[in-house]
Amino acid sequence: MSLSDKDKAAVKALWAKAEGKAAEMGGEALGRMLVSYPQTKTYFSHWGDLSPQSAKVKKHGAVIMGALGKAVKGIDDLTGTLAALSELHAFKLRVDPANFKILGHNIVLVLAMYFPADFTPEVHLSVEKFLQNVALALSEKYR
Amino acid sequence: MVKWSDFERAAIQDIFSKIDYDVVGRAAFSRCLIVYPWTQRYFGSFGNLYNAAAITSNPKVAAHGKVIMAGLEKALTNMDDIKTTYKDLSVLHSEKLQVDPDNFNVKLFSFYCLTIVVAGQMGAAFTPEVQGAFQKFLAVVVASLRKQYH
Repeated sequence: MSLSDKDKAAVKALWAKAEGKAAEMGGEALGRMLVSYPQTKTYFSHWGDLSPQSAKVKKHGAVIMGALGKAVKGIDDLTGTLAALSELHAFKLRVDPANFKILGHNIVLVLAMYFPADFTPEVHLSVEKFLQNVALALSEKYR
Repeated sequence: MVKWSDFERAAIQDIFSKIDYDVVGRAAFSRCLIVYPWTQRYFGSFGNLYNAAAITSNPKVAAHGKVIMAGLEKALTNMDDIKTTYKDLSVLHSEKLQVDPDNFNVKLFSFYCLTIVVAGQMGAAFTPEVQGAFQKFLAVVVASLRKQYH
């Protein structure tokens, strides 16, 4: 389900609005994922405190959103833009790619909460397609 | 038998007491049809689902949103035995409607859209812990709906 020009425009427009709060939203999304999908905690067990208020969770959420911001800028070539991150996830972190969808779900949820008026069903559709394509690019190096 | 903590029970009851069923049902269901357009295959008799505007203003969509919420309310009032409560609904979805059970998946589709709409309505009150409780509730609902498929 590749990104149309309309999808790319919608994602860029929403990101322009969201960018200022991206770090906060990232922490929120990651925190929510760890609470609602406890099986994902296994990847972060070395952190100790995995509550949404934990400093490590918030910081890592910000890192993730920073990478997503880069993906938005490189939306015309996600595979290229995310190549290094794909290698990281494939060979070092060994995150089961099924989890990308789960985090994506929580990012969508947080976007809907922070920008209820902007996150119309059509924008939601474009963002989901974008995140799906990001997940695909992140899975690229796995095998 | 699913075990509900006091917090979970209270959180779920609280959500349902706060949301407007008509608004939420319609918003969630139409969002599902828009974001996952292949789900429209089950609603051929609903008339115009051609674009987002048509879907959100379609009266059959609104009506069906209410049906879904009514179904969820049954689960709410029978939280300790959703499986039995949903036996007939499960048979209906598998044998008569022949809905692909993947559609009920909490990670996707209509119940995910419901979570998003509820979160939008409740704002900050939809804390991560409340989200966890709500998603557990929906997961039980989903499992019960899938129960009679074979």
